[in-house]
Amino acid sequence: MGLFAGVLGRLSWSALPHAPITIGGAILMVLLGLAVAGLLTYTKRWKWLYREWLTAQDPKKIGVMYLIVAGLMLLRGFADVLMMRAQQATSVGSSHGVVSADTFQQVFSAHGTIMIFFVAMGLMFGLINLVVPLLIGARDVAFPFLNAASFWLFVAGMLLINLSLGIGEFSAAGWLAYPPLSELRYSPGVGVDYWIWSLQIAGAGSLLAGVNFLVTILKMRAPGMTLMKMPVFVWSVLITMIMVIFAFPILTATLSLLALDRTLGMHFFTAGQGGNAMMYVNLIWAWGHPEVYILVLRAFGIYSEIVATFSRKRLFGYSSMVWALASIAFLSFVVWLHHFFTMGAGADVNAFFGITTMIIGIPTGVKIFNWLFTMFRGRIKFASPMIWFMGFVFLFTIGGMTGVMLAVPAIDYQVHNSLFLVAHFHNMIIAGVVFGFFAGVTYWFPKIFGFRLHDGLGKIAAWCWIVGFVLAFWPLYILGLMGATRRLDHYDASTGWQPLFIVAGIGAVVVGIGVFFQVLQVVVSIWQRNERRDLTGDPWNGRTLEWSTASPAPIYNFAVIPKVSERDAFWVAKQRGDKPERPEYEDITLPKNTPLGMVIAGFALIFGFAVVWHIWWLVLLGFVGIVTTIIIRANDEDTEYTLTAREVEKLENQAAKKRRQYA
Amino acid sequence: MSTVAATQELRRLNAEQAATKKTVFGFWVYLMTDCVLFASLFATYAVLRNNTFGGPSGRQLFDLPNVLVETLILLTSSFTCGIAMLAAQRRNRQATLAWFGITFLLGLAFLALELTEFRHLVHDGNSWRRSGFLSAFFTLVATHGLHISIGLLWMVVLLVKTIRRGFSDSLLKRLQLLSMFWHFLDVIWIFIFTVVYLMGAIPV
Repeated sequence: MGLFAGVLGRLSWSALPHAPITIGGAILMVLLGLAVAGLLTYTKRWKWLYREWLTAQDPKKIGVMYLIVAGLMLLRGFADVLMMRAQQATSVGSSHGVVSADTFQQVFSAHGTIMIFFVAMGLMFGLINLVVPLLIGARDVAFPFLNAASFWLFVAGMLLINLSLGIGEFSAAGWLAYPPLSELRYSPGVGVDYWIWSLQIAGAGSLLAGVNFLVTILKMRAPGMTLMKMPVFVWSVLITMIMVIFAFPILTATLSLLALDRTLGMHFFTAGQGGNAMMYVNLIWAWGHPEVYILVLRAFGIYSEIVATFSRKRLFGYSSMVWALASIAFLSFVVWLHHFFTMGAGADVNAFFGITTMIIGIPTGVKIFNWLFTMFRGRIKFASPMIWFMGFVFLFTIGGMTGVMLAVPAIDYQVHNSLFLVAHFHNMIIAGVVFGFFAGVTYWFPKIFGFRLHDGLGKIAAWCWIVGFVLAFWPLYILGLMGATRRLDHYDASTGWQPLFIVAGIGAVVVGIGVFFQVLQVVVSIWQRNERRDLTGDPWNGRTLEWSTASPAPIYNFAVIPKVSERDAFWVAKQRGDKPERPEYEDITLPKNTPLGMVIAGFALIFGFAVVWHIWWLVLLGFVGIVTTIIIRANDEDTEYTLTAREVEKLENQAAKKRRQYA
Repeated sequence: MSTVAATQELRRLNAEQAATKKTVFGFWVYLMTDCVLFASLFATYAVLRNNTFGGPSGRQLFDLPNVLVETLILLTSSFTCGIAMLAAQRRNRQATLAWFGITFLLGLAFLALELTEFRHLVHDGNSWRRSGFLSAFFTLVATHGLHISIGLLWMVVLLVKTIRRGFSDSLLKRLQLLSMFWHFLDVIWIFIFTVVYLMGAIPV
């Protein structure tokens, strides 16, 4: 044992799970992994998986992998939801519910962390990988290798946070790990360390992706597409990437400081020795508030594309949309203190941040009205993306109004840390980000996979989510006003809260039914894919460039780079009745597939795991591995291949022939 | 050379130039993210600089002549790095290697002086565990030192490449990125010198 203590740091057999729920969860995950591995072996797909997917540099494939990982994490985060709702519906008076208080703390910490970092971020980065190059008429992103590395760092972070389920424990310090609770003295276990390092690794991936897409949008647009002719979704991504560039380094710094406190005994945020815990809260929200907008602005962009397409009208107020995005982005950096009005910064400071927060309502209101005016007198087609959109407008507006209420410091003093707040931010994140993402995936699915999703099942899913959302969160507003604080694992029967908690639980089940219908939608659509083929490349009568190329989009996106002269370039071309000329093909250079991005992330995972458990030789190994892989990659001169014009022509003809077979 | 081949060659050169521009711009953006990272650390230091918890303050600890020497060394290394880049653009291999070699040695000297300072502090019982102020001091200065170390490693890799394979467009591009990185670290150090050492040692 003495030997192992040196070699394996803090790691020992006691790290394996004890609580029945965690044991069950860990076993389930291991079994699922084995099942997938078995299936791959049985169908002899390992080589295919490696060649076609794991080493892929094509942003469309990377996007699909993002969606798969984020989708799995959504299910995991949703399992946490069901546990929390079951606990709060039953843990009243003499009953103590389904999980212990300690497990409950881990569950809500896991829910927040996983939903924000590994679901919302993953879905959004997945979607922009899929469509941004297509929307700007480009063949690739600016730095394809960096893009793959970003994705794999995201995966490494995801794996690390999930390892904590089986080896060690999850953090019980909430999704933002406020000190002094998250300091070593009060959280001596490995949970917080897992949290720090998995976010650190995934965050590095997000930061690199931010740099990558900023350069892509600024430097690789099709000829003629000036900034003010870009689709609004691209604008939203551009502005979001600027925010990522400003916000994520703050997260990196903050997490590092907490890690230094915990690992090297520093005193940044400790209760004694000159540390300052409120500094952590300031720093984390200086990142955290922009982060919320980093998530939601892209959803605004998606809605803008969808509303215009399904209303068959130009987007109303294009430039006001762009300016609204830009001002929201700016304002999001000057409101962070509204997350802790009760810190006691004084009336003047609180008033300043209260007012800046309320001002955000103005550009957001502009956007809502622009969408409504786009629909006004349009020929609206109520396909499932529009159902998501309308659910969003309704619920998001309510969330916005409760947000303005919370922005008043005096009200905030009453309801801060209560379920009112929880209901508010779920209104913004579920109705805003998650609905937007679902709408976007339904909308762009045919462009990536070549066939449409089943619309009827999508509509049922959307309605389940909308109704379930109302049932799950409106009771929380009332509970919050009644004084129920967030993160309660038990409450007294005399409070009279239980009926409302039960309603909220039913709401979660209704959302669960919605999730079931979404899974069913994907399965049925794949089953019927041959009848659902999109043969024209333009299934929705779309407006923007991505619909001008075939579905599924070829690896090079566009055989001939389109020329743009106006907004909604493809729509204008269709209205003018432009006939496609006989294309003049050219040589296309594309990046070669390489596993090195995955290798770097693999070493990052080893590094993170070793730091968590204080296995210092392994830390060194992980670090040297990362550096060596980067050097190897940098010395590889042969990273691209060229498709000659003739090969491109051949590929185009083959794809056309295949489409004719389905017709 | 036929016209077709000439057009193709021209197209290839254009594409290469565009790629270089893209990379340089991307690297600028990366440097800005690093700038925000340092800004966060500076802010942290500013908040904690008086939280000495009964321990020594900057005025008692900082050895200004030593820091001045460090500063002069780093500034000189920025200058020699510039000269090296001029030589690289003329594709003068000997001069490039020589000037980058000097830059490397100066960087190493800077790092050695910094580590000596750290060792003295720790030896006198004033390590990062002592107080919030010292935690912030060590973290800010050592983060810069870590960047310098990465820069030195990068320099070695590129110099070995220059020796083994000679100049190419991609190597020139990378040398350019490295020199941007090096100058950036110089700028950060000016701020450290001012905010940490000068403002810390001289009573305001």
